[in-house]
Amino acid sequence: MTRLLASFRIALRALMVNKMRSTLTMLGIIIGVGAVIAMVAVGSGAKKQIAEQIASMGSNMLIVLSGSSTSGGLRFGSGTVPTLTADDAKAMLSEIPSIKHVAPSLSGVAQVVFGNQNWSTIVNGTTPEILEIRDWPLSSGRPFTQPDIDGATKVCLLGKTIVDILFGGIDPIDQVIRIKNVPFTVIGVLAPKGQSTRGQDQDDTIIIPLTTAQKRLFGMQFPGMVRMMLVQARGPEVMQEVENQMNDLLRQRHRIQPNQDNDFTVRNLTEIMSTAEQSARVMSLLLGAIASISLIVGGIGIMNIMLVSVTERTREIGIRMAVGAKGRDILLQFLIESLVLSLIGGTVGIGIGVAGTLVLSSFTQWPILFSINAILLAFLFSGSVGVFFGFYPARKASMLNPIEALRYE
Amino acid sequence: MDLLIQVDDLVKVYSLGEVEVQALRGVSLSIQHGEFVAIMGASGSGKSTFMNILGFLDQPTSGQYLLEGINGENLSRDELAEIRNRKIGFVFQGFNLLSRTAAIENVELPLIYAGASASKRKEMAEKALSAVRLKGREHHHPNQLSGGEQQRVAIARALVNEPSILLADEPTGNLDTKTSEEIMRIFQRLNQELKITIIMITHESDIASFSKRIILFRDGKVVEDRNNSRQALAVRERENQ
Repeated sequence: MTRLLASFRIALRALMVNKMRSTLTMLGIIIGVGAVIAMVAVGSGAKKQIAEQIASMGSNMLIVLSGSSTSGGLRFGSGTVPTLTADDAKAMLSEIPSIKHVAPSLSGVAQVVFGNQNWSTIVNGTTPEILEIRDWPLSSGRPFTQPDIDGATKVCLLGKTIVDILFGGIDPIDQVIRIKNVPFTVIGVLAPKGQSTRGQDQDDTIIIPLTTAQKRLFGMQFPGMVRMMLVQARGPEVMQEVENQMNDLLRQRHRIQPNQDNDFTVRNLTEIMSTAEQSARVMSLLLGAIASISLIVGGIGIMNIMLVSVTERTREIGIRMAVGAKGRDILLQFLIESLVLSLIGGTVGIGIGVAGTLVLSSFTQWPILFSINAILLAFLFSGSVGVFFGFYPARKASMLNPIEALRYE
Repeated sequence: MDLLIQVDDLVKVYSLGEVEVQALRGVSLSIQHGEFVAIMGASGSGKSTFMNILGFLDQPTSGQYLLEGINGENLSRDELAEIRNRKIGFVFQGFNLLSRTAAIENVELPLIYAGASASKRKEMAEKALSAVRLKGREHHHPNQLSGGEQQRVAIARALVNEPSILLADEPTGNLDTKTSEEIMRIFQRLNQELKITIIMITHESDIASFSKRIILFRDGKVVEDRNNSRQALAVRERENQ
């Protein structure tokens, strides 16, 4: 213990003697660790942002689209033929226990008017569960309820963009707007959700009861039908199960023969999420790799300086050996020296990395996220770089022949 | 007096590439506790090789060397280091102090490797420094000390572990006559008052005359081994007083 402490003091003194050289050697590690900290902070910030955007779409969500149609050789896309009904939604909820919520939806574009303002937007006829599924609270007012669905009342919830455009500064609650010339009472305003991952403004929308949409706005051709359903599973682990069960149930309800194609499409949103997360992970990995390379380069710098130092201090090593230093005393002395060098570099690098990242994000508005784990890892990694690259020079020093070392000029 | 060093037919051969150099060609001698021996000889006579073997820095090619009955022949590097640490004090021609390190810390160096506590180190180092009359200069660095003072620090470092022998390789080689004499007086005092065994290499007969016994090396062999009568006389005179 005494010897270890003494070795530490010897190492610190040796580093103090060559302050400039020690600082320059540390610079490699400082830059390396700083880069690791900054890259990981930026990378995990981006990852967190993506995760938040995806969560804003709704978690554990599946989308069922009604089938495509062909008319005179012209094929239309999914959802053009409303093969799904609100009854399908009810059946799914009652027969598949892993489903938490189902929100059937019939939407379309419509012109909305309030006072002397008008705007064209997406009007989404659906059930109150949509707010649960999409994790979409109201910023004011109340949601519509089952009686509104049953009675096909003319009430609506407005997205924040609509409120801004149509109402300016006025409180929209209890005001009446006209959608396709049908008067609707505003009962609530949706909390802002921002852009979707595809850059769409999610707040540019109006939600009305499904039955109202079917009867008053879009439902003339296909009464009782819906274009899509949002389905929320009880957890990420049952997503696949829910998807399979929905396929089976809907095929059965739609009386589709085994050799026939589905007249609906199921989309699993976790796939989109995992793709996005994977790209974020690849990005952090790449950034981490670049940062690690600079750490390794820093380590080579340490090794280089330690080799020079061992050569320079050959005589000192000889003296120490003559008075009784064992091989491991010398090994330890130089190993501690390179460890101290790299750990001081690591500590300073963490400081500079954190400060640099904060400055960077304040200029670029990039989202950043510091993780204690990454910082600890960078510190430990810099320490192991010190030990790894310091070992060879230290071993070389400990293997010197004392007579030759003493004679060294 | 009891036997300290026993050397039998010591041979050392260096092979420099294809050429073999016989540095020692069969040296036999014994040294008792409390002796002050000067080893003389021209350069290339093998005296430095002999000294390295005595100091456990080098191993003989053949023959046997016993220090207080210890044979270094089959010992590992680390075991040899431990013997050097406990039994041997070195004084070199070029002082070989650690620069930028205070005198007292230079003296403490062997104690660090002996695993002594900080307080014990300080106490013993101060004692050794006062034995070479350097009290009060503990915290001077080597570049703030004269050559004679540096050599005295080196002697203190050699003494600090209370070794069995003090090996000095041309201790006055870098010093002027007056300072050399000063160092020799210190050696004499250490030898007479503290009964420290000293083996010293020199090629100056003036310096050798301070010792009690002179051994002359030539071509890797001992050619002369005599008591230094003048010195023996001086000692006898002092004892008679």
